[in-house]
Amino acid sequence: MEKRKEIFPLGIPGHNLGEIEREIDNTEPPAWPINEELKEVGKRINRIDARAKVTGQAKYTSDMQLPGMLYAKFLRANVPHATIRSIDTSKAENLPGVHAVHIVRNTSEEGEASETFPGVKYVGQPLAGVAADTLDIAKEAVSLIEVNYDEKSFVIDLEDAMQPDAPLVFDAPMGAQVDGGDVGVVHEGDKGEGNLRGPSTSSFYGGPRGDVEQGFAEADVIVEQTYRTQVHTHMPLETHGVVIDWTSDEMLVYASTQNTANVRNELADYFDLPKSKVRVICDFMGGGFGAKHSAGSFGPMAATLSKKTGRPVWLMIDRKEEHLAEGNRPNSIQTLKIGARNDGTLTAIDQKSYGTAGVGLGAGVGRVAQVLYECPNFRTEQYDVLTHAGPGAAWRAPGNVQGAFGVEQAIDELAEKLSMDPLALRDKIDKSEVRRVERMRGAERFGWSQRKKAGSSQGTIKKGMGMAQSCWPRFVTLNSSVEVRVLNDGSVEIRSSVQDIGTGTKTVLAQVVAEELGLKTTDITVRIGDTLFPDGPGSGGSVVTGSITPPARNAAYEVKMKLFEQLAAKWETESGKLVARDGQILHIEDASKKIAFKEALRGMRTGQITATASRTNDYGGFQQPWGLAYGDLGSVQFAEVSVNTDTGFVKVDRIVAAHSCGRPLNIGQLESQINGGVIQGVSYALYENRVMDSSTGHFMNANAHQYKVPYSMEIPEIEIEIVEEYTASSSTDAYGIGEPANIATAVAIANAVYNAIGVRIYEIPITPARILKALNKVYE
Amino acid sequence: MNKFSWYEAKSVEDAIEQANSTVSEEIYTPTGKASIYKSGGIDVWDMVKEGLIAPQMIVNVRNIKGLDKMSFDPDSGLSIGANVTLTEIEQSPEVSEHYTALQQAVAHAATPQLRNMSTLAGNLAQRTRCWYFRSADHPCMRKGGDRCYARSQQTGQNENHAILDNGSCVSLHASSVATALLAYEASIVYLDAKGESHEVPIEDFFVSPSQDIWRENILSPGDLITEIKVPTPSSGTRSHYVKQVARESYDWSLADVAVVAKMNGNKCEKITIALGAAAPTPVRAYRAEEALINQVINKESAKLAGETAMASARPLTMNGYKVPLFLTTISQALLEIA
Repeated sequence: MEKRKEIFPLGIPGHNLGEIEREIDNTEPPAWPINEELKEVGKRINRIDARAKVTGQAKYTSDMQLPGMLYAKFLRANVPHATIRSIDTSKAENLPGVHAVHIVRNTSEEGEASETFPGVKYVGQPLAGVAADTLDIAKEAVSLIEVNYDEKSFVIDLEDAMQPDAPLVFDAPMGAQVDGGDVGVVHEGDKGEGNLRGPSTSSFYGGPRGDVEQGFAEADVIVEQTYRTQVHTHMPLETHGVVIDWTSDEMLVYASTQNTANVRNELADYFDLPKSKVRVICDFMGGGFGAKHSAGSFGPMAATLSKKTGRPVWLMIDRKEEHLAEGNRPNSIQTLKIGARNDGTLTAIDQKSYGTAGVGLGAGVGRVAQVLYECPNFRTEQYDVLTHAGPGAAWRAPGNVQGAFGVEQAIDELAEKLSMDPLALRDKIDKSEVRRVERMRGAERFGWSQRKKAGSSQGTIKKGMGMAQSCWPRFVTLNSSVEVRVLNDGSVEIRSSVQDIGTGTKTVLAQVVAEELGLKTTDITVRIGDTLFPDGPGSGGSVVTGSITPPARNAAYEVKMKLFEQLAAKWETESGKLVARDGQILHIEDASKKIAFKEALRGMRTGQITATASRTNDYGGFQQPWGLAYGDLGSVQFAEVSVNTDTGFVKVDRIVAAHSCGRPLNIGQLESQINGGVIQGVSYALYENRVMDSSTGHFMNANAHQYKVPYSMEIPEIEIEIVEEYTASSSTDAYGIGEPANIATAVAIANAVYNAIGVRIYEIPITPARILKALNKVYE
Repeated sequence: MNKFSWYEAKSVEDAIEQANSTVSEEIYTPTGKASIYKSGGIDVWDMVKEGLIAPQMIVNVRNIKGLDKMSFDPDSGLSIGANVTLTEIEQSPEVSEHYTALQQAVAHAATPQLRNMSTLAGNLAQRTRCWYFRSADHPCMRKGGDRCYARSQQTGQNENHAILDNGSCVSLHASSVATALLAYEASIVYLDAKGESHEVPIEDFFVSPSQDIWRENILSPGDLITEIKVPTPSSGTRSHYVKQVARESYDWSLADVAVVAKMNGNKCEKITIALGAAAPTPVRAYRAEEALINQVINKESAKLAGETAMASARPLTMNGYKVPLFLTTISQALLEIA
């Protein structure tokens, strides 16, 4: 392919902004200058679907009403461990209004249906489904199904499950699972004994480094501590679910999903259909946080019921089911030992962790310890512990949020032992330039210099300040494609299967294409979340913006060049002399050659000009060819808290969040996403906690009131500092912010609590009970 | 949720004729033929949706004329009709003027939306929020079973539960408005199934599980609350209410305290201290009250009152923190009226 050289902006404006020359393919568009010089990109542009959302016109999956549609409901296990002897559905089938009942059964290795039932391994496991005229009838029918269980002993608690005589969750090897909950870590499902699996000792950043024992021998100071985090379930406003209409022609699926293409692939695979016969649509999405990449059990169930009845089937699960069975962030018990020299240089990090993702794998916490700081000697052993509870799933920065809770408290403790300011220690050991700037600008905005010595705050209500930082890999999905087409009335359309999880993907796509075509964001029609269109990435791993906006720009550029060629022929000039700007196409040397964008389209031979582009490699190449980019997505967050030492209540007063994500595309949307990440971090630090009764195996607060997420009064003041960072990586040079927004908050709060009361809390959530106990105020 | 019929009661007599059961009765001994009152509906619908009761008829008493009146008279006190909403109480100028602690308690209950729907009678007659009681999969003592899951030394998830009177069921009464009404020595007026009117002090309205495990109040099938009476505080009375919650926006109490005191100069002439979320019913801290009579309320006496109130506390495995929480809350409420 022909190449050319381009000069790109490189670095951080106001800090070290410079330029770099890169050789790029000729199909790539010219380099964009920094945001200051752009018109649509990098601005506060309103969401293009804001009106539809606030007026209720936006249709979510559960809103779908198809002619003849039936409503489905799952029957779920209400015991944690059992063999099923029989399931009697006769009463349910005879209930008026019931159209179909389907029992979940085992399939043989050849995929043949068998008569046996899967073993029950957790309360909430789906056993059967009913489709009926109304949801109430479906629920009643479910209550009429009789299950004859042969109950077995079970284990719920992480530490109980590690005992040699604990009841086994799986008595056969599980096989290695990649990407269970913790992205990029291979979970050794077939290694380990009893309920223990692992250890996982590596990630896509490699394995252990150096000699840990030697490193500790060289250390002047060592911090060693155990940290504990809780199970944190997903609580998107919109629960999991689908509406499926399986006709003879195709399977039409409306899904609340983070990944339309994957849902299509799974259903095509499950039912042995060509991908071309499965269409998945997700127009609007009510949140997923990592748990909505799959067709789950509800997809196959709704499809089967649709096939049995020949009618569309609605299957949205309820809040309780969501808590029980549709994902959670695993808990952790992490032991961390960090050694350092007197000047702060780290000499060794040794980490060991146990966590349970229930009947799933993916409880690793290692990546923050592995990559956040330079340390020559590093070792990690991360164990998955199986328990009789609902399976974990990716949860906004899987593994990193738990891992950061340990690492960033340990670094804080180390700074104190070394009599260094926590920021100064990080300046010494963190090689990231962008985090250095985030620390400087964040500290300035936060007023870090006002921070007092730990425990020195006077009075009953003690104030404290703390900070923490995070990193998240920059990676992209290479299978990310988008079509841009311009119609002969001047209208522009973007098409991709990529879905907007709610963060504003539709809007940033429109901004990027508008910028390229010299139009306004509002001139662009965005049709995404439909597998009729080219495959887009899943909305996970913070990959969407970095994966899909470069091909969107490239496709728009290709369309523009085709249009310029037609126009140049008419104007008898060279297409390279034309530019699109402010809704017009202009000749850069001849002011008389000028036409409105819409007018230029009118004389075309065809009704449209279209181009489809896919994600190309980063301009400077990848760390790993599958799409792991250089650098990371760093953040530094500062927290100010008030701790009432009489009641134990902690109030987060203020968070300053300094973030970078390459070239920011939409400031308002970025702030909105960071706000969300911070709020979830506050929630994780202080409120949310899955309460399990280990005598019955039931999840006691599986609802929306006793499973506590923060509401308006619990939300701190949130100030956001966005640091532009140019790396000349792609045609948009942009990355996501989803994960990074959530990682540092909880541990920044924990560090602030320590600063307030002078006693460290090593376990979240930080409840009044834990504060009062730490202050020796609880009578045992 | 099961199917049921709906009866729109026109009068109290009409309602009494239709109702044949209570939520408590139906949980303990399901008949499959229950007809049950519904006022605001907040709790009854939850019970139905959670599968704890399956009434055949709902008797809607929400629209009965005359039960939605509230009035204040300096001689007879405050009269609150059964169907008066929490929002109406919260916004009443008379309540704000004469019953500070009641106004504070109501304003901290649930959320504005729920307060718009909740009636006072329904709020007082609601069942406990203990998560074991609310789970149809846990046949606890309150539901005819033989164990209290929450009290289990090994597995009880009892971080929110009772620290006083917790020898039987360790649940908490869910109404924090009741705490304030208890401090004001309010009384409950109800009609029995024969249509006869009774008036009981609110303290006798609530029933401890140690007295009767299957009920939380004295209401029998057909009994219908019509009015809540709150005496006029004598002059020189000060009151205050404090509620401790994990989540300020919307939460059930972890500890709440209402104090109503008649002061003579800086000395306390008469005082009532009511504790919510301490025991399975709202309870008076009688010994602490006695300790304060004729005393100046200050840091020392307030602290002593708290310690006196907590002397009989017997925390469970996870709720020891509630003792210091109550010590602080009692002191805080007392110092507000000092």
